[in-house]
Amino acid sequence: MSWFRKKVVPLSRVARRRQTPDGVWVKCASCAEILYRQELERSLWVCARCGAHFRIPAAEYLRILCDPESFEELFDGIRTVDPLKFRDGRGKYSEKVARAQGGQPSREAVVTGRARIEGIPIALGVMDFSFLGGSMGSVVGERVARVTALARRERCPLVIISSSGGARMHEGILSLMQMAKTCAELARLQDAGVPYISILADPTTGGVSASFATLGDVILAEPNALIGFAGPRVIRETIGQELPAGFQRAEFMLAHGFVDRVTPRGEMRAVLGTLLRYFTDSMARRVPHRRTDSGARAARNPFPAGDSSSPVLD
Amino acid sequence: MQDGWLDFEAPLVELERRIDDLRSLATSQDLQAERELEQLERKAVGLRRRIFSGLSSWQRVQLARHPRRPHTLDYIEHLFTDFVELQGDRAFGQDAALVAGLARFQGRPVAVVGHQKGRSTRENIARNFGMPHPEGYRKALRVMQLAERFGNPIIALVDTPGAYPGIGAEERGQAEAIARSVREMSRLRVPIIVFVTGEGGSGGALAIAVGDRVYMLAYAFYSVISPEGCASILWNTREKAVDAAEALKFTARDLEALGVVDGVLPEPEGGAHRDPRTMAATISETIAVSLAELDRLAPDVLVRQRQERFLAMGAYHEVDPA
Repeated sequence: MSWFRKKVVPLSRVARRRQTPDGVWVKCASCAEILYRQELERSLWVCARCGAHFRIPAAEYLRILCDPESFEELFDGIRTVDPLKFRDGRGKYSEKVARAQGGQPSREAVVTGRARIEGIPIALGVMDFSFLGGSMGSVVGERVARVTALARRERCPLVIISSSGGARMHEGILSLMQMAKTCAELARLQDAGVPYISILADPTTGGVSASFATLGDVILAEPNALIGFAGPRVIRETIGQELPAGFQRAEFMLAHGFVDRVTPRGEMRAVLGTLLRYFTDSMARRVPHRRTDSGARAARNPFPAGDSSSPVLD
Repeated sequence: MQDGWLDFEAPLVELERRIDDLRSLATSQDLQAERELEQLERKAVGLRRRIFSGLSSWQRVQLARHPRRPHTLDYIEHLFTDFVELQGDRAFGQDAALVAGLARFQGRPVAVVGHQKGRSTRENIARNFGMPHPEGYRKALRVMQLAERFGNPIIALVDTPGAYPGIGAEERGQAEAIARSVREMSRLRVPIIVFVTGEGGSGGALAIAVGDRVYMLAYAFYSVISPEGCASILWNTREKAVDAAEALKFTARDLEALGVVDGVLPEPEGGAHRDPRTMAATISETIAVSLAELDRLAPDVLVRQRQERFLAMGAYHEVDPA
């Protein structure tokens, strides 16, 4: 029994705190600079002094990246349940979800739908770390899979902004299976020749990094975002030594070849616009006989059975 | 734990010892001793059944991690002929925590992939306790894609605490290696049959477990996180692993009820390690039956059904959008 009891903070307050902070003044968690909230909002929640990128909720990303009024939310009718009747040391999963939802039952760790960026229609998913650490349970997996299928059907690029601690423990094995679900849908998207741009925000780890987040045709990361499979605490405990500075940060992942670019938040929209134009233009120009399934598949079987004509090779 | 007995098997230990003693003393003429022996053996069977029919999730975890439990190479020896191990990912290195190779199942060419734990400390260090690095998963995928090119089925044996959480593993893209393996398995155009033989540790297990048929041995478990890891996050102490084990509902029966696995394979009395040969025979029959079913499907149908199987997993409620 400890002399000092941990002060119990109601989760709803924590959840609100983890979103964009209230109050006129905000302290930068990285350099401790006191920043004026309105100024911070204008700078897209990037510290003017040290360049730290604050974690921001999905709604902020929509505001920052999408054309005004262009976002149309879809699949918000997919709602969280408690399949295992899970209960931990602090209480029931169902109550935890209810508190995180704050009376808004459609709230979950991802928002999905149609949007436009610089006029180009896309299918979009944005994760929300402020909802149970952005963890992936059945709802996240299903919404991501549905928006991926939407991209395939409508032949518009898929963009997903990830921010997650990993699979949600409270839904047990079903959370793990969301990795297989989202990856299977991404295989179909790739086979259909539709591009996918993955954006990694702080943090992207565990089951989300080990599924859809690291499978983008192009992968962009926000500066200093923590990106990896295992969390730093687990690694530190496993190997019993301190981790090198900058370990698992976006720049580290860039140096090791796992992201294409580290892109500051303020440049993200323009970079996305250029990439999206490139891909939609490429899709429009594609010569019919080159419209194979995925390139890899075609390479493995350049002479499909029943095709006796000599194929035109690239 | 003595002679491979687990603490909950303690009531059996004394009984088994008396049976052994009696057996060594008794001559064929000693009717009295023979009758007593018979009685004790009946009692032991009953006791074992009672203990093993009421196992808690935590006791199952202990069985799944039992040091004498048959591992991938033990099963390979019983299940296949002409096994040739293929090594290395052709990019970085060779990972002994994951075994991959070519073999024949009842004469038919197949590919085999599986996590490999060790039995002694030395073996375990060499095998990294069955926890693969990215190169292990990349090797497995290489071998599975090789099988696909020749239209050969794939058998995967899952038994890992998880993918290794270390500096090198992160530098070489553990997350990407797992994600890619999961995506590619979902579209391999050959039958894939998966057995969770011991520990199904999270993403490190799933990376080779995207199959057309997924079976679990009766005392295996398959979980999003280890009970210790879950306890340390949600209970603030690893000591609550027993509670976490119950809450996570990760036993073979639980997963069958959740629709995640197709079947639970019964284990020999006392667990697979008490009779590996019988266990392997059960797995062998299951492979034969599954292959006969999957052989009837055209590759397109096979892939579509496999993808739909995983697309259907999850629990949610759907309302009409407001």
